[in-house]
Amino acid sequence: MDMNEIKEIFFQECEEQLAELESGLLRLNDGDTDPETVNAVFRAVHSIKGGAGAFGLDDLVSFAHVFETTLDCVRSNKLEASPDLLKVMLRSADVLADLTAASRDGGTVEASRTSGLVAELEAYAKGQPLPSASAPAAPAPKPAAPEAPVAEAPAATDDSGFQPVPFSFDAIDGDDELAIDGGASVFTVRFKPRSDLYAKGNEAVLILRELAKVGDLQVRCETDDLPSLDMLDPEGAYFSWLIRVETESDEEAIRQVFEFVEWDSTVEITAGADEEAFSAPDAAGEEQPMAAIPFDLSLLEDEPVVVAEAEAPVAAAAEQPAALAPANMPLAAKAIAAEAEKKETAVPAVPAAPQTIRVDLDRVDRLINLVGELVINQAMLAQSVVENESGGSSAVNLGLEELQQLTREIQDSVMAIRAQPVKPVFQRMGRIVREIADMTGKSVKLVTEGENTEVDKTVIDKIAEPLTHMIRNAVDHGLEGPDKRTELGKNPEGILKLSAKHRSGRIVIEIADDGAGINRERVKAKAIENGLITPESNLSDEDIDNLIFHPGFSTADKISDISGRGVGMDVVKRSIQALGGRISITSKPGKGSVFTMSLPLTLAVLDGMVVTVADQTLVVPLTAIVETLQPEKSDIHSFGPSQRLIAIRDTFCPLVDVGNILNFRADLANPVDGVALLVESEGGGQRALMVDAIQGQRQVVIKSLEANYTNVPGIAAATILGDGRVALILDVDAVVTASRGQPLSPDMMLAATG
Amino acid sequence: MKKKVLTVDDSRTIRNMLLVTLNNAGFDTVQAEDGVEGLEVLEESNPDVIVTDINMPRLDGFGFIEGVRQNDRFRAIPILVLTTESDAEKKNRAREAGATGWIVKPFDPSKLIAAIERVTA
Repeated sequence: MDMNEIKEIFFQECEEQLAELESGLLRLNDGDTDPETVNAVFRAVHSIKGGAGAFGLDDLVSFAHVFETTLDCVRSNKLEASPDLLKVMLRSADVLADLTAASRDGGTVEASRTSGLVAELEAYAKGQPLPSASAPAAPAPKPAAPEAPVAEAPAATDDSGFQPVPFSFDAIDGDDELAIDGGASVFTVRFKPRSDLYAKGNEAVLILRELAKVGDLQVRCETDDLPSLDMLDPEGAYFSWLIRVETESDEEAIRQVFEFVEWDSTVEITAGADEEAFSAPDAAGEEQPMAAIPFDLSLLEDEPVVVAEAEAPVAAAAEQPAALAPANMPLAAKAIAAEAEKKETAVPAVPAAPQTIRVDLDRVDRLINLVGELVINQAMLAQSVVENESGGSSAVNLGLEELQQLTREIQDSVMAIRAQPVKPVFQRMGRIVREIADMTGKSVKLVTEGENTEVDKTVIDKIAEPLTHMIRNAVDHGLEGPDKRTELGKNPEGILKLSAKHRSGRIVIEIADDGAGINRERVKAKAIENGLITPESNLSDEDIDNLIFHPGFSTADKISDISGRGVGMDVVKRSIQALGGRISITSKPGKGSVFTMSLPLTLAVLDGMVVTVADQTLVVPLTAIVETLQPEKSDIHSFGPSQRLIAIRDTFCPLVDVGNILNFRADLANPVDGVALLVESEGGGQRALMVDAIQGQRQVVIKSLEANYTNVPGIAAATILGDGRVALILDVDAVVTASRGQPLSPDMMLAATG
Repeated sequence: MKKKVLTVDDSRTIRNMLLVTLNNAGFDTVQAEDGVEGLEVLEESNPDVIVTDINMPRLDGFGFIEGVRQNDRFRAIPILVLTTESDAEKKNRAREAGATGWIVKPFDPSKLIAAIERVTA
């Protein structure tokens, strides 16, 4: 693994953390007061900052740092997570996402967005803005600040940890020349560890070893404090050291060595040699009067030794506390063990996350392709057994049946691997709503439901865009401004509800707003103006609502920056249809509109009805078919030069000759010889598709025509049937549209023969 | 014999960095994703030194350090905390909990190795 791979992991992780961040903030926004939520939010930002720091992504680090500081105030209850603050934080989360994306893909984030939020966040962290004060009143942004994240840290937290040890500054004042001269200077260090030093895993000998890297040492170990053996606490600290350091570095370098232990020991550093101490060892311990020890001091009264020699006794002393025998303190140990047990039993209460592994998408795709081939192969095998009926023993048939079932199961399981919750897409919508709400000055609350509904990854990837557009549309055109809403007696905050659920093998996504609903008068007027309908047209409310899906239709009087962009609902509709989906709208004036789209759960397989049309085999997606029927002569009614209607119970339904539309044959087939498939087309209207015969119903593996050949109007894709032949999958909506008089393009003949 | 380092960090990025850095420097590395797992891994791996993050789910670095220090078998193991410069308060808390030393982020491989060498024999 190299740095680039780790960086890739970092960006993946950022995405997860950003999602975590946003959902956490939204939970807080909904009144969640669980400290763990705040912690999780804090951790997300902290993690991003940590990784970004490692890769030198300074912009990201500095922004994350400011964000983190403010979050820390919330976490420590210094700052209340007010709705205003959360708004700022949600916008900060958006900027953080943008900065992350900019770091990954290149590009920059507008400095004004960053600096504005930095100022707001910092103002909150300093407790300056009153809950009601508007954020722009905060201090002006620091233009050049982001390069120095450390410097931006609030003073309150910064200095508490790095307090210099108080005694020493006076002492060195007069001796500065020593170091300035460039030659080696001499310092005397008194180092007296307390037992905590050892308890925290530090060792005096290692400190001395570190000190030896700074300069030449002369070390004296003071053992005066060592009590008699029966008084000796095995975990006590009795030794202290007097060290003469001859170094070219300054005092700071020496202090650095004691960085980890300054809390748990007394460290005195004085410039100049304490010659007296080294010549008269007894004076060394004068700071803390010590009891005389009944030891033979002569053993220790050697000449001062250099560190290499000193190590042995020092190590021995230092190891005392390190060699911790449980037997020494049975009571304490038991208490500790009990506590530790308590901890351990308390811990499993947190549900463990399900185990997951990360797999390259390519591998899953390859697996899916292979399973597709397997399904086809199994179908072909079954077919050839049927064809050689004579050779098919019951054992073969039984095995074949089992194989079929297994294949189906494998296929379902593989599809499940690709299935993912729609949550990430829904979360992205939260951001879109905020942005548009900001731009339009509307107040909007996004409510999501069923975000764990799973659907194939390819579908997820493709719904984001139409969904974004619909959300923009709903906020921009659907919801009224706060003033208008108040006037109407509605809550000034509009509600946008985004929900997902499974329904009969499809995923249904609804976008509901509680806005004004479709202004039918205006839609109708606009449609007449655009020549979509004639003023005399008698349209049902539903028909009028669905006019907004017509190409080039927009009711916005002026093209706004938000949902305008030259893209109308017709584009949304088309992209959803391209996914094998449907979209419709229901609307109540004054109450709001609901957009409903239904999509297949996967784009890899499809349940289809295999039919014959003019000697061609076609597959009609089962989801489109409402019912099949055998037309009677008396049900067929001619209408105009070439149109025919079929009477189904009480209603008439246009009859569509598929063979004719696809140019499989020039004349019209006799309906009585064929079968009619009643299909639901976009906009809710029904059509009866004429085909010659139904062969059966089966699951087929979708093979893209676009990828393997080219886009063919009227045909959605292709598949391979059990007999090894290629069959085309009918694009029902395109055929229905063509039956209204818009011919399919002429390259059809070519495709159909292929 | 190779020294064994236990790293405890919830960030996949940092875990990978630690792994690469430590392996390149000739350490054996065992990893855990949070304090709870850290205490479990500790039992089975018997490391020479521990490097831990502070902000983690389930059991944070402070709790983890306390857990190690209360464990008779392992309480003398040096523990280094990964921290950020601005986290002075946190550093103090870590020291109170029993941390041996700290490594200041942003993550720098040479600083990490130097700190580990500093606290191990």
